[in-house]
Amino acid sequence: MTDSRDLILGRIRSALVGVDRAEHPANEPVARDYHDSHTDTGLANLLARNLTDYRAHVHRAAEAELPGLIGRLLAARGARTLAVPPGLPTDWLPGDSGTRILHDDGTLTATELDRVDSVLTGCAVAIAETGTLVLDAGPDQGRRMLTLVPDHHICVVRTGDQIVASVPQALRRLDPERPQTWISGPSATSDIELNRVEGVHGPRTLDVVLIAEG
Amino acid sequence: MNAVPLGMPAFPAAARDATRNTTLRRNLRHATHTIRDRRAAAVAELDDWAGLRAAGAAVKDQTLRHLDHYLEQAEAAVTAAGGQVHWAADADEANRIVADLVRATGETEVVKIKSMATQEIGLNEALAEVGITAYETDLAELIVQLGEDRPSHILVPAIHRNRTEIRDIFRKTMGEWGIPAPEGMSDEPRELAEAARLHLREKFLRAKVAVSGANFLVAETGTLVVVESEGNGRMCLTLPETLISVVGIEKVVPTWRDLEVFLQLLPRSSTAERMNPYTSTWTGVTDGDGPREFHLVLLDNGRTKILADEVGRQTLRCIRCSACLNVCPVYERAGGHAYGSVYPGPIGAILTPQLRGTTSEIDASLPYASSLCGACYEVCPVAIDIPEVLVHLREKVTEQRGHVVERAALRAAGWVMRDPKRYTALQRAAVRTRAVHPRKVPLPGWGKAWSATRDLPALPAESFRTWWQHRDTPGGTT
Ligand code: SF4
Repeated sequence: MTDSRDLILGRIRSALVGVDRAEHPANEPVARDYHDSHTDTGLANLLARNLTDYRAHVHRAAEAELPGLIGRLLAARGARTLAVPPGLPTDWLPGDSGTRILHDDGTLTATELDRVDSVLTGCAVAIAETGTLVLDAGPDQGRRMLTLVPDHHICVVRTGDQIVASVPQALRRLDPERPQTWISGPSATSDIELNRVEGVHGPRTLDVVLIAEG
Repeated sequence: MNAVPLGMPAFPAAARDATRNTTLRRNLRHATHTIRDRRAAAVAELDDWAGLRAAGAAVKDQTLRHLDHYLEQAEAAVTAAGGQVHWAADADEANRIVADLVRATGETEVVKIKSMATQEIGLNEALAEVGITAYETDLAELIVQLGEDRPSHILVPAIHRNRTEIRDIFRKTMGEWGIPAPEGMSDEPRELAEAARLHLREKFLRAKVAVSGANFLVAETGTLVVVESEGNGRMCLTLPETLISVVGIEKVVPTWRDLEVFLQLLPRSSTAERMNPYTSTWTGVTDGDGPREFHLVLLDNGRTKILADEVGRQTLRCIRCSACLNVCPVYERAGGHAYGSVYPGPIGAILTPQLRGTTSEIDASLPYASSLCGACYEVCPVAIDIPEVLVHLREKVTEQRGHVVERAALRAAGWVMRDPKRYTALQRAAVRTRAVHPRKVPLPGWGKAWSATRDLPALPAESFRTWWQHRDTPGGTT
């Protein structure tokens, strides 16, 4: 193993004999002749439009209206169980709906989650230009498995401070050490005659709730 | 790179077979035309595309010029984050490393997310030899695997299959591999996707080991990035206890920030989307979230040879978006299988001969599998000058055979190629030089490759164009 390491690094060094070894990458920044963003106004509307374009269902609500809205979304699907991450604000949860709520304490297995109807989370950041929600396993988002196995994901975005315009802006906010999932619409495939079909393995229904800061 | 499959016909012969298959041609034409128009629209949305493209090329070039530095940095970062790094000089070594890692877990099954690198090294076959079954989980790869077929496109490997064929494959073979296709399944894409979901879910829930590739490896942080659509990638990266990622050494990018360039370039070039449905990033292992063990296998397998060639080096910028396939008139006509490797289309025509060398007929003929129209360069998000590399490789093939006359002609062609506006001039020049070449020249090796489809053993620079021009003539290939 060590031998191959030395072998490969040795091959690289001899392949690069033409490169001045005194040259250091840090001293020659590459030209970044592109925009930091392509837009800076109307981000919530743009996010909604792009999410809808990729067949996510977008809803708007004041924070106080969340429990009612979420209750309706669950009822519409006949969801009997809802999984939530440990740090989800409890005042988002629907009241006395018929849905059983499972608080993930880190012990739910994939097989158990496979029997869960829906999952409700927040997000770390949302990107308006691309219609993307980024989850970074924060307390209101939970383990990656949680938002993957159930067939229905409801994701709440705070429009006041969580929406950025662009990919560069999102990356600056995110910590690479945290495992991330970037979600742009529900699971899809174009593998059969290039028809976009929702839902192969991830949640086939994605509801996004944009909440205005109250 | 692994050897050419036994009995693999050289490009022109395989291309001729493909062009005779009208279903395949129709499927391919429909698919490539649809996606190329969508790509153009997705790219047109960004008025700074040219700047992004230039930055993408520059970041990759700079990384390649200091590849040793960045690989060592990546290794240190992955290790610090709890991952283990392995180095594989060639396909056999990579396969051995993966097989040993799987065996160490005591498992005999792995789930896989589509990866060009693992196809390149023939990992599934190598695992099968030691009694380990690898389940492909990408829908298209599943279609290919169940159909005992070969992939024909980087992005949509089953692009050559239509829905009815897919339904028949699922009905016939799903039961042999696990959960059978539902009774009465039609050929509606939605129903086919549902069958795949059920079939594979059982495997995901059971799997203890997953094998993946990666689109990017960030040197400064040790972060790996996988870009996908279906969620099978997320399943593989999240549910199993052990994750093994086989990654070509050219996949490294220096910084987290650099992703801002590639995460804009790749989805729009590849699936013509503002963003693909799912992108996963992970750095080593995370307590209580995802695999407990992570192994990164860094693969050379001919890449350092490409690095050493200053013209060919740009090939290593490739981010496998497949845009060049979708615009290539030759690919559209010939199909992916004609290229005789896992890398079809224009990128395959330059990558395969460099990875494998040009000793076999198919590999020596690949640099000629192009009309040099330049469409691939135009769409390439990292500005790889594929025609330039093709001409360079033709020159090398010719050198290898010592054809002095041709070398001179190709040098002239090289001059013409330096300015894209001269492509047409090149085509005309090629026609003119043909007149001074002997009609019949003894061309052992690659000469034979072409004589299979042509009565005249034409000069290689000419023969593809000639084959191309006559593709619809009676008695030809229609
Ligand atoms: S050569 Fe360029 S266009 Fe072709 S697959 Fe690679 S990056 Fe994409």
